[in-house]
Amino acid sequence: MPMTITERSTKKTVIIRRARSADVAHVIELDAQITGVAKPDYWHDAFASYGESRPHERFFLVATPINRPAESQILGFILGEIRAWEFGSEPCGWVFALSVKPDVRLHGIAQALFAAISAKFKEAGTTKMRTMVARDNRLHLLFFRGEGMMAGPYIQLEKDLDEEPNPDKRWWEIE
Amino acid sequence: MKLQIASQLAIFAVLQLAAHEDKQLSVGEIGAKFGVSSHHLAKVMHVLGRAGLVRSTRGAGGGYQFIGNPRRTTLLDIVELFENFGPHRPDAKTPGDVTGEGRALREVLAEVDDIARATFGSITIATMVRLVERRSAEGHDTL
Repeated sequence: MPMTITERSTKKTVIIRRARSADVAHVIELDAQITGVAKPDYWHDAFASYGESRPHERFFLVATPINRPAESQILGFILGEIRAWEFGSEPCGWVFALSVKPDVRLHGIAQALFAAISAKFKEAGTTKMRTMVARDNRLHLLFFRGEGMMAGPYIQLEKDLDEEPNPDKRWWEIE
Repeated sequence: MKLQIASQLAIFAVLQLAAHEDKQLSVGEIGAKFGVSSHHLAKVMHVLGRAGLVRSTRGAGGGYQFIGNPRRTTLLDIVELFENFGPHRPDAKTPGDVTGEGRALREVLAEVDDIARATFGSITIATMVRLVERRSAEGHDTL
């Protein structure tokens, strides 16, 4: 029988586990492939911060094939943390990064990573999760919307720092 | 913000049809659910048909069927069939356009438009069907 919009196979093909040091090279490679910019320092720092410290509230998870879990050949990764009281927000799980190898997309890997980190956030006692997506990043927007995310109560604001106010009009001094 | 009635009816109709992939629904059945006349809905269905989102079958047991891809068709795809939903058109002159006030106001309105387009463009029919299921479970909604 064909599956409907809301159904999918439950045959287990992927393991979601915490990242190990041997995974970092693959994360760097995958991220560089997707973004076009290699950031080894950033990912080594991210692993030190999110893979090895405060594991009750920081989560660096990777997806690997279930039949080859020992190999560090990752299919995708997700990175998140529970943060509290920034911008007046109560404790909330934040997803900072999510990436899946292009050749295994549309197989539910991102969905599995998202569900796994949601479960981790929930186990840690939070009831909300958030992320931030560029308005023109249609692929990511469609994915997070598909996972049930809606606009939150915050508006992200920014400003170009080259809009320097006229120094003659300053009534203060910077020490 | 408010959508035009035709856009709203089109979204309702597509959601009904996408949620009942195995059935064909008549204009009367869809209209009854949302309390709208078959006459009004028929015009909307005609536009959806021309856009390749629905197909109609005549005769006994006939009706409409959603034939778009529910994971790729977004609310924006539907709304844009019925209304000019987007940035200020450069050829549409309004009083004060060339003043600083006009330009500043246009910048604010463009921000609103961008957010609205991003929102409608990021929600697929499949996502909406799941949202409808969740919201219906909270109430007692039935076809």
